[in-house]
Amino acid sequence: MVHLSARRRLVVIGNGMAGMRTVEELLSRAPVRFDVSVFGDEPHPNYNRIMLSSVLAGEKTMDDIVINPRAWYAENGVTLHAGDPVVAIDRSARTVTSASGTVVPYDALLLATGSRPLMPPLPGLDLPGVVAFRDIADVEKMLAASATHRRAAVIGGGLLGLEAAWGLKRRGMEVAVVHLMPTLMERQLDIEAGTLLQRDLTERGLHFFTNGQTEAILGDGRVTGLRLADGREVPADLVVVAIGIRPNVQLAKDAGLDVNRGILVGDDMATSDPAIFAVGECVEHAGQVFGLVAPLWEQAKVCAARMAGDDTAAYATPPLSTRLKITGIDVFSAGQLAAADEADAEVVFRDLAKGVYRKLVIRDDRLVGTVMYGDVADGGWYFQLMREGKDLADIRDRVIFGQAFADTCCGAKAGGNVTAMADDAQVCGCNGVSKGAIVAAIKAKGLTTLDEVRAHTKASASCGQCTGTVQAILTAVTGADAAVPEAMCKCTDLSHDAVRAAILSQELKSQPQLRAALGWRGADGCPKCRPALNYYLLCAWPGEYVDDSRSRFVNERVHANIQKDGTYSVIPRLWGGIATPAEFKAIAEVAEKYGIPEIKLTGGQRVGLYGIRKEQLPGVWADLTAAGLVSGHAYAKGLRTVKTCVGSEWCRFGTQDSTGLGIKLEKLMWGSWTPHKVKLAVSGCPRNCAEATIKDIGIVCVEAGYDIVIGGNGGIEVRVTDPLVRVATEAEVLEYCGAVMQLYREEGRYLERTAPWVERVGLAHIKARILDDEAGRKALYARFLFSQRYAQTDPWAERATGGVDAHEFQPLAVVEG
Amino acid sequence: MTDWIDIGGLDDIPRLGARTVDTREGPIAVFRTSDDEVFALLNRCPHRGGPLSEGLVAGRKVACPLHNWVIDLSTGEAVAPDEGCTTTYPVRIEGGRLLLGLAPARAAAHA
Repeated sequence: MVHLSARRRLVVIGNGMAGMRTVEELLSRAPVRFDVSVFGDEPHPNYNRIMLSSVLAGEKTMDDIVINPRAWYAENGVTLHAGDPVVAIDRSARTVTSASGTVVPYDALLLATGSRPLMPPLPGLDLPGVVAFRDIADVEKMLAASATHRRAAVIGGGLLGLEAAWGLKRRGMEVAVVHLMPTLMERQLDIEAGTLLQRDLTERGLHFFTNGQTEAILGDGRVTGLRLADGREVPADLVVVAIGIRPNVQLAKDAGLDVNRGILVGDDMATSDPAIFAVGECVEHAGQVFGLVAPLWEQAKVCAARMAGDDTAAYATPPLSTRLKITGIDVFSAGQLAAADEADAEVVFRDLAKGVYRKLVIRDDRLVGTVMYGDVADGGWYFQLMREGKDLADIRDRVIFGQAFADTCCGAKAGGNVTAMADDAQVCGCNGVSKGAIVAAIKAKGLTTLDEVRAHTKASASCGQCTGTVQAILTAVTGADAAVPEAMCKCTDLSHDAVRAAILSQELKSQPQLRAALGWRGADGCPKCRPALNYYLLCAWPGEYVDDSRSRFVNERVHANIQKDGTYSVIPRLWGGIATPAEFKAIAEVAEKYGIPEIKLTGGQRVGLYGIRKEQLPGVWADLTAAGLVSGHAYAKGLRTVKTCVGSEWCRFGTQDSTGLGIKLEKLMWGSWTPHKVKLAVSGCPRNCAEATIKDIGIVCVEAGYDIVIGGNGGIEVRVTDPLVRVATEAEVLEYCGAVMQLYREEGRYLERTAPWVERVGLAHIKARILDDEAGRKALYARFLFSQRYAQTDPWAERATGGVDAHEFQPLAVVEG
Repeated sequence: MTDWIDIGGLDDIPRLGARTVDTREGPIAVFRTSDDEVFALLNRCPHRGGPLSEGLVAGRKVACPLHNWVIDLSTGEAVAPDEGCTTTYPVRIEGGRLLLGLAPARAAAHA
C-alpha cells in the first residue's frame, strides 16, 4: 500500500492527445503512484484533434470527438486546469506557474505542448478572416465564416489543407486550394497519385492553383483574397493557412532545456533534464519530428513505462502510413514513395479510367513503400508486409494484385500461410480466438491434437469453418503433422465408415450389442458417438431397430428446437410453402392462446412460433394437429423444407408445376432421418426463384423437363450444386431424387451435409450409382420407400394425443414452499 | 438440516435421462445413469444457464444441450478444460422411491 504522502506529483503541460495518452498509460500501469495535474491552453477537455476535419465537414460533432470528458478527470483523480496555460517552468524549484498565477510543484514534469501552425511571413496575415487549422477555436471560426461568406482559399495542398478545403466545400463554400508544389500531398503521394487526387477533387468542385506561391493576403478591414507570385489573384472571404506545423518549444527553450527543431529527447523520452519528459509533436527524436498519431501512441507508452519505473522501455519510431479523411477519396501511402536508386524496383498497377492506381517499391524482394489510390483495401496488408520485412520472392509476380489473389494462388484454401499470419489475427470468428491465443495454448499446455486445441481455446469448436487454419497452426507450432483423428470418437479407434460396415456385416442391431462387439470403451458411449450410432442403426435396419431417444440430441428427442433461453420453437410443415386460410387461422389461434412471444416467417417458406415453454408443447401440438398440421422437422437431421416458386400455375415464365412437384417431393421424403439436415427446392424455370442451386437437392424446371442438381449449400461455405441429370417426367424426378437421398443416407457420415459428401465421394461416383446403374438406382429408391414406411409418423400427434414420452413434458414433482 | 422429500419413483426417470423438480431453490434436475445411480443438480449449466436435464447422459456425466459443456453429475463441476460448477443436492433411493434433500449440499462457486 502506497501512502498518500508518498505519491509523486506529476504535472502535465498540454491536454492534447499525446499528453493524455501518456497519463492513461500511466494510470493503467501505476494507478497509485502519482498525483496528476494537467494544464491545457484550450478551455476543453481532451479531444481527438485528428477528427477536427470530420467536424468541419459535418460528419461528426464536437461531442463525438471528446476522448476524455471532464468526469473522467474527476474519476481518475486528475486535476485539470483547462484554459490556463503554463507560462513558466522553474527547474531548480521544480514548479510550474500558470497564466492565472497558480504555482504547482512537481516531482516529474511532462511536456506535451504539441505544435503550432506554421504561418508564412505574409503581408495581411493578421487580417480578420485569416485562420489556421489546428484547434476547436479555428474550426469554430471557419464554421462561422462558412455561414456568412461564400468564398474560401486554403493555402497548402497537403493532408490538412485538403481536409480543410473539403470540409468548407461540404459547408457550401466555393473553395480554392493554393499549393506551392506541382502536385498535391507530395510528401505522401507520388506524382501519379497526386494527379489522380487533384482530378477527383476538381470533379467534386474544388479549384486548384498548383505551383502557386502566395505573395500577399489582400484586404482592407477583412480579407478579400490572395495574390500569387506569378500575378494570379484568388478572391476569398476566408483564408485558411495549412502549410504545416512546427513543434511548440518556447516553454522548454525558456526553461533552458536542449531544443533543436523540437524538444530533444532520448529513447527514454526524457529531456536534457531527467525529471522532465516530453512526448508528441513538440519533441525531436533522433533528428525526427512528428505529425502523425501512430508514433505519438508509441511515445506515450514508452514514457509511461519509464515514469512507472521500467528502465528498459525504449522508443523507436515505427514505420508510418497515411490515409486521407475525405469521404469517398481513398488514399494510402507508407514508406518510400518511389525508387531511390537502381536497387529499388517499382511495381505499378494502373487503371486510370476506374481511378485505381497502386505502386509498390521493392528492394531486395522486400516491400519498402507503397502508394495506393482509389482502392486501398489492401493497404493494411502491404503495411504489414513492410513492417515485417517479409520476403516476397514467392509472391512477387502477383503481390501487386492484393492479398486475396496472392494467397489464393499459393494454393492454400484451408489454412493459408499461418506462419505469416499476425498474432492478433482472428482465426475463429465464432469464439473470437486469435492466432496468438491458439499458439499460446498449444505451447503452454502441450496440446497435440485438434480436439485438445478445440477444448482449450474453443477455436473451430462452433461452426468449424476455421478447422483447416487451426490444424495448420497446430502443425506449424508442433512441427509435426499431427494426424486428424480418424476415429469416430474417444470410445473407439474405428472410423465412421468402419463402424457402418460392421453394422451390416455383423448384423449389429442395437447399441449395447454394437458397443460390446466392437470393443467400445465406456458402456454408455459418449455424446459424440451415440447420436451417430443411433442414426447408422436406424438407417441400416428400418423397422427393426428401436430408436433410442436417449441418444438423440434434445431437439430430436422433444421434436422442437431448443433456444438459448431454454424455450422452444415450433414450425409446422407447410407443404411446398402452401397453406389454407384454416391452417393460418389455426396457427394464429395457437399463438394467441399460448401467448407465444414471436411468430416469424422462416427462410424455408414456413411459419415459426418462438418462445414456447416445454410444458406448453403438447398443448400447442394438439391444437395444430387438430387443424391437420404436422411437424415440419425443423429441428431434425432429416428432411426440412421443400421450397418452391409458384411455377406454371401462376407465373408467366413458369415451365412446369414447380409447386405441385415440390409438394410431391415433400410428401415422398418427409419424416426421413438423414446424416445431417436436407433441404430441397423446386424452381419453375431457370430464373430459379426458389434458389434450388444452393440446396441439397434442387430441381430446376425447363421446357424439356427437369434438371436435377445436388450438393448445394447456402450456409457458411456457399456451394453451388452440381448438375446430376435432366429427366422428362415427374415420376423420374421422384425416383432419381429418392435414390440420391438413399445413397446419401447410406454413405454420408453422421453430421456430414450433402455438399461435403459430394466433394468427398465425387460426382462421378454418384452418377455411376444413380445414372449408369439403373437396377442399382431402382434398388436405392426401393430401400428409401421401405424405410419411409416406418418413418412417416407425425411425432407431434404421437406426443400430443398418443401419450408418447409423456414424462418429457412435465416436471417429476413440484415442491411447494 | 436436510428435508428429505419424496419426489417420485426411480422408474419415473428414464435410464440415461433426467426429470426436473420445481423447488424453492429453482428447477432441480434429477438424473438416472445406466447403473441406476441418481444425482440431483441445479438445472442450470454454469456456462450459459442451459437446462442440463435436456443433455445427453453418459457414465456419470451430462453434456449441456446448448454448448456441449460436460458436467460431472457427482460433483457438479465442469469437466476440464471448462471451468465452473453448479449446485448439487443430495438424493437417495429408498424402496424404489426417490428422496431429495433440500438443503444445498454445497454452494455453487460463484461464476
